[in-house]
Amino acid sequence: MSKEPIKQFSVKWLQILDEDGHPEPDLHLALEPKEIQSFYEVMTLTRVFDERALVLQREGRLGTYASVRGQEAAQVGSAYAFGPTDWIFPAFREMGVAIVRGVAMRMLFQYWSGDERGSEVPLSLHYFPTAIPVATHIPHAVGAAWAAKFRRDPSVVGVYFGDGATSKGDFHEAMNMAGVFQLPAVFFCQNNQWAISVPIRRQTASPTLAQKAIAYGIEGIRVDGNDVLAVHQAAKDAVEKARSGGGPTLIECLTYRIGDHTTADDASRYRTEEELKAWISKDPIERLRKFMAAQKMWTPEYGDRVLADAERRVAESVKEYEGQPAPDPADLFRNTYYDLTPPLREQMDGLLNFLKDREPRKE
Amino acid sequence: MPRLNLVQAVNLGLRQEMTRNPDVVVLGEDVGRDGGVFRVTEGLIELFGEERVVDTPLSESGIVGMSIGMAAYGLVPVAEIQFMGFLYGAMEQLISHASRIRTRSRGQYHCPMVLRTPYGAGIHAPEHHSESTEAMLVHTPGLKVVVPSGPYDAKGLLISAIRDPDPVIFLEPAKIYRAVKEEVPEEDYVIPLGKARCVRNGEDVTLISWGAMVHPTFEAADLAAAEGISAEVIDLRTLSPYDTESILASARKTGRIVIVHEAPRTGGLGGEIAALIAERALEYLKAPIRRVTGFDVPVPLPKMEMEYLPNPDRILQSILQVMES
Repeated sequence: MSKEPIKQFSVKWLQILDEDGHPEPDLHLALEPKEIQSFYEVMTLTRVFDERALVLQREGRLGTYASVRGQEAAQVGSAYAFGPTDWIFPAFREMGVAIVRGVAMRMLFQYWSGDERGSEVPLSLHYFPTAIPVATHIPHAVGAAWAAKFRRDPSVVGVYFGDGATSKGDFHEAMNMAGVFQLPAVFFCQNNQWAISVPIRRQTASPTLAQKAIAYGIEGIRVDGNDVLAVHQAAKDAVEKARSGGGPTLIECLTYRIGDHTTADDASRYRTEEELKAWISKDPIERLRKFMAAQKMWTPEYGDRVLADAERRVAESVKEYEGQPAPDPADLFRNTYYDLTPPLREQMDGLLNFLKDREPRKE
Repeated sequence: MPRLNLVQAVNLGLRQEMTRNPDVVVLGEDVGRDGGVFRVTEGLIELFGEERVVDTPLSESGIVGMSIGMAAYGLVPVAEIQFMGFLYGAMEQLISHASRIRTRSRGQYHCPMVLRTPYGAGIHAPEHHSESTEAMLVHTPGLKVVVPSGPYDAKGLLISAIRDPDPVIFLEPAKIYRAVKEEVPEEDYVIPLGKARCVRNGEDVTLISWGAMVHPTFEAADLAAAEGISAEVIDLRTLSPYDTESILASARKTGRIVIVHEAPRTGGLGGEIAALIAERALEYLKAPIRRVTGFDVPVPLPKMEMEYLPNPDRILQSILQVMES
């Protein structure tokens, strides 16, 4: 009795710049030098923001923070593939995506300081609030994509999550729905290889995460997540496909979380110095810089200017963030329901009266 | 005016709201071709098509999670979870997201979805088909929870739920889906959320209940009347936010309270209502508050569900006890 294969699948890999920034031979880039410079500038800005956030946290001027270092190409390259009418559903480490979408850095600092006003991203940016429970926001993106298709809107929905998310039920349920309804959605899995202390080999027996798409009848591709040109190309292809009715795509960006999971974590407890060093040497910004320098898109003067500009912008955002007045205690109640319910009004009045009565004693 | 049962009343409400608002979309398992396992969505797919009456994969968290995204985008999804016992896979979506999207975005996004699900025991069904875990939902700020006790209320409350800008859990008491018929107007009417209904006026004791339990509670009031006791019966209709004023007004009038629910006793909503009365109307009470509830056990399989559920005699026993003081 012989068993014949009835279906066979393969998983594609995309890399445009090798680890030293050398492009693939005969590269025909559709990108203008200005666009590539934008990638470099925003990746640098994200890096400077990230470094500043870590310093502020150590100084007690910010709460627990999740560093994005090492994932700048995966985030910036993908986010640039979307247009203003598209919708983005981030997880919690998407500072690079947020900056591309135009979310004020002042608000990102506010969010990570525990100030809810940091989540009041204007509706017009179509950038959904941060989702902390892993994978649970993926069905929301699918619902929005369903609604966009229902309304015949030309909008595409992008959703970001990590390797750990692919072990959760909501990832499966969402991917399955997107496949069944052929929705205009692009799933970005930033495989940074560590879900806190659990390495990817403990997360799944699949050799790639991209291949998980196959089970849902949708296209999956793995890209070099530290190669911003590859990420952008894969994202652009997927967005265009989705917009023209071709259905969803899963893009696995193979990258690495250089920092700790958050400032409350110590990654040296569970991973080796050698592994970390090997990935630091694959830095996505440095890779792009080498390519740009070889293409005469980067000069030391330009590099200095970009860095100085990023530092100035981040410093201004910190100033703006730290200049915010304290939140109004009534805000605690305001958005729980569309209108304050009678019990909430009573509870709010109780708190406000308590605070008012207490005030003189504080002096 | 047609006499409809609860299934037909909900169906009529859905039909009318879908006609009125093209953004209303029904989705869930078997809601389309099959018309729902209880036939609540029967005929909708013929009227509104597959785009607005959506048979989904078997995927509770996916259905609720997708509804959240649809609602945030601007649609009004009315999702069905086939039985309350299957809702638990989607509880994370309700607790962590549906209830919080507005708070988290400080009002930039809304979640005007409705989640309908049959609930409660007494339908001789297998395990997990008879749950009444409404207290878990009531304990989730940001959700509204509604339970009709009859066809007229079902239609009016459902229309309010669909038009409400907040996520509303609409619990349909399966035991009385077809047991009760009432006159249900064809025309559009709404019953405001958050308002209880006094089903029966009385002077001596207040009976507070909701959903299927309103019926044995009403029967117990009849039995009490035969003993010369005048019982007032309040149907809460909305469990979150619940109508504190109606409860307190009646408590102040009668001074005696019996709360009836089929959910397990400990941590049930009866305890919350008793605490409210103790905080605001203790001086009016002539007797300790009593609860007639399910027991603190998983709701049993059909052979013992009649022992589990409050019935008119058990309710009467508590009425007689509070009347002794």
